[in-house]
Amino acid sequence: MSFSWKRMYVIAKKEVVQILRDPRSLAIVIAMPAILVLLFGYGVNLDQKGLPMYVCDQDSSQQSQDLLKHFQASPYFKIVRVTSNIACVQGALDSGSAKMGIVIPWDFSKRLSEGGSVQVQALVDASDDNTANLLIGYTQGVMQSYSSEVQISWLRHHGQALQSTAINVETRTWYNEDLASSSFIIPGVLALVMSVIGAFLTSLTIAREWERGTMEQLISTPVSATEIMLGKLAPYFVLGMVDTVVCALIALYWFRVPFRGSFLTLLFSSALFMIVVLALGFFISVLAKNQFAASQIALLVTFLPAFLLSGFLFSIEQMPVPLQWFTRIIPARYYVSVLKKIFLKGTPAAMLSSDLIPLAFFALALTILATRAFHKKLT
Amino acid sequence: MTQDISPENAVVIHNLVKRFGSFVAVDSIDLAVRKGEVFGFLGPNGAGKSTTIRMLCGLLKPTSGRAVVAGYDVARQPEAVRQNIGYMSQKFSLYNELRIIENIRLFAGLYSVPSSQLQERIRWALEMSNLVGKEHLITGTLPGGWKQRLALGCAVLHKPPVIFLDEPTSGVDPISRRQFWDLIHTMTLEGVTVFITTHYMEEAEYCNRMALIFRGKIVALGSPSELKKSSMEGELLLVECAPLGAAVEALQTAAGILDAAVFGNALHLTVKSATEATPRLHRFLEEHHIQVNRIETIQPSLEDVFVSLITGHGSGEEHKA
Repeated sequence: MSFSWKRMYVIAKKEVVQILRDPRSLAIVIAMPAILVLLFGYGVNLDQKGLPMYVCDQDSSQQSQDLLKHFQASPYFKIVRVTSNIACVQGALDSGSAKMGIVIPWDFSKRLSEGGSVQVQALVDASDDNTANLLIGYTQGVMQSYSSEVQISWLRHHGQALQSTAINVETRTWYNEDLASSSFIIPGVLALVMSVIGAFLTSLTIAREWERGTMEQLISTPVSATEIMLGKLAPYFVLGMVDTVVCALIALYWFRVPFRGSFLTLLFSSALFMIVVLALGFFISVLAKNQFAASQIALLVTFLPAFLLSGFLFSIEQMPVPLQWFTRIIPARYYVSVLKKIFLKGTPAAMLSSDLIPLAFFALALTILATRAFHKKLT
Repeated sequence: MTQDISPENAVVIHNLVKRFGSFVAVDSIDLAVRKGEVFGFLGPNGAGKSTTIRMLCGLLKPTSGRAVVAGYDVARQPEAVRQNIGYMSQKFSLYNELRIIENIRLFAGLYSVPSSQLQERIRWALEMSNLVGKEHLITGTLPGGWKQRLALGCAVLHKPPVIFLDEPTSGVDPISRRQFWDLIHTMTLEGVTVFITTHYMEEAEYCNRMALIFRGKIVALGSPSELKKSSMEGELLLVECAPLGAAVEALQTAAGILDAAVFGNALHLTVKSATEATPRLHRFLEEHHIQVNRIETIQPSLEDVFVSLITGHGSGEEHKA
C-alpha cells in the first residue's frame, strides 16, 4: 500500500493536540530550553576569579609588600588575610576559607637585596584539581613577572641598564577573546536540549502508545509503519528545531555569545542531530517495556553522553585515550564540535565535514535501525 | 478447502497455529464464519481467543496455517484486510486526551473515509454512540459505556464488512452492555459480520453461532441451542439442598453422578438418566443427613455446557465437539 500523506498528517495532528493538552510535555518543550541555557550560562562558570588567598608574611618588608601588590593586581586572587602565623594559613586551607596560601620566608628581602634567589612557598587546595592547576599557573605567572622586575631593578642598581627581560610572551586569545567560559559552554547546551526533546519526549510518547494499547488500535487500521513513525516524529522535529533557534537567540542576545558562522549551517547540522536523537528515542521506545524504562534509557543513552562525553563541558583531548576513542560513537560529540566551530570560529560548512559526515552517518544508520525494529515489532 | 472460495464466508480459518516459543497458543484451528453472522468466540482467559482475533486482524503473524478475512489472506494481504475490518480491543484504546470529535476525525483519516462522506459518517458515528451534542467532551472523561460505544463507532467509520470485537463489554455496566448488543444487531441487519469474543455466558446467547476454545483448540462449535443439545452427556438435574458444601463433596464421588457443581444456591448434577437417578439421589442424600428441598430436571444453560466441556478436557477425557 502506498504512502499516504493524509494518514501521516492526521497522526501528526493528533500528536500536536496531545502535546498541547499535556502540561508536562508542554513544560518540557517551552521551559526546558530556557532553563538549561540560563542554568549553564550562569550556574556553570569555569572561570576562576577572586580565589581566596591567605598570606603568611614572615618578612614584613617593602619587598614582600611589593609581591603582595602583584597578587592584589591579579583578578584571579583575593587576599583575605595577611598574617605571620603559618598555622593560621593551614587552618584556613583546612576549613576551606582559603583556596591557597603563600608563605614568604623571613629572609625574603634580605636574599633579594643580596641578589640571591629565594623560595616562596605556595600551598594549594588540590581537592578540586582543576582549580588547583589554574592556581598554580596563575601563581607562577605572578611570581615570574615580579621576579623579572626584581632582576631588572637589581641590574640597574648595579650599573647595568637592562630595560626588560629578553623574551616576553605576548598572548592573544582567539575565538573566545574574553576567555569567557559561558561562550564555550552555551553553544553545547543546544545538544542537551535536543537530546531531551528528541529522545526523552518521543520515547515517552511512543512507549505510552504501546502501554495504553492505542498503538495496537492504530496498527489495526490501514496506516503503515512508516506513516506512524513519520507522523509521530514530525511534531517533535519541528519543536526541536524551534527550541534550537530559541536557545541560539538566548545565547546571542542574552549571554552575548559570539556567532560567527552561518545560520543555515547551524540549522542544517541541528536538523541532522535532531534526526539522530529522534531515531534513537524511537528505537528505545520500541525496545523498552514501558514509559518509565523508555525515558530512563533515553536519558542514559542520549542526555548523559551529551553532557559528559561530547566535549560540551569537559574537553575530549584531556580524557584518557580509551575514553577518547569511545566518544567517537557518541553522536553528540560531533554536534557539539560543530556548534563550537559555528558559534566561536565561524568555520564554513565545507570545513565541517569531519563532523557532519559522522553525524549524517549516525542519522542514516539509526533511522534504518529504528525503522527495522519497529517493523519487526509490528509483525 | 472448499470453504476458502465460498462467497458466503466472511472469515475462513484453516489449520491456523500460533506458537510463542514452546507454548502453543492457538493449535490448528479450523473455522468458517458466514457473512452477516454474529459469531461468538468463547473460552476461559488464556485459551487463545485474543491471539486468534489478533491474527485475523493482521496484528500478529500466524506461525502456520491460513486465514482469509473479507476475501483477503491475512498473511499475504494484511493492508487489504485492515481496510476491510473494524477492530476493537479488550482495552479501551482511543486517545483519552482528544475530544470525541477529534478521535472520530482521526480514525476517519486513518481509514481514508472520502471527504464527500465524512460529515455523514461523523454524524452517523455520533448518533450511533448516542453522543450527539457531546462531541467536544474530552474522551478520557466519559463513562465506560460511552467510551465503548465511541470506540465501536470509530472502528466502523469506513463501513467495514467484518468487525472484530475482543471482549468489548468487559468492565461495562449491564445496561450499557445491553445497548451495545442492540448496536451490534443493528449492524448485522446491514450485512456486517461480527466476530466477538466474550466470557459472559448470557452474551453468548445473543450469538448466531459460537465456538468454544480451550487450550488453543476449538472444543465445541454450533448455535447456542445446538450446543446445549449435543454437548452435554446425559441429563441435568437441579438439586436444592442444605448444606451445599457437604452435599457437593459427597456427590462428587457418588456412583452414577457424572458431574456435580454449585450454581448459585443450588447444585447442578449431570446424570445418565434423570428418571432413574432422582429416587436414588433422594435416598443417597438422606443417608448423608442432607436435607433435600427440591430435585428437578432442567434444560442446560450454556454455562453448564461449557463447564461440562472444559472439566472434561481438563481431566483429559475426550468429548465430542
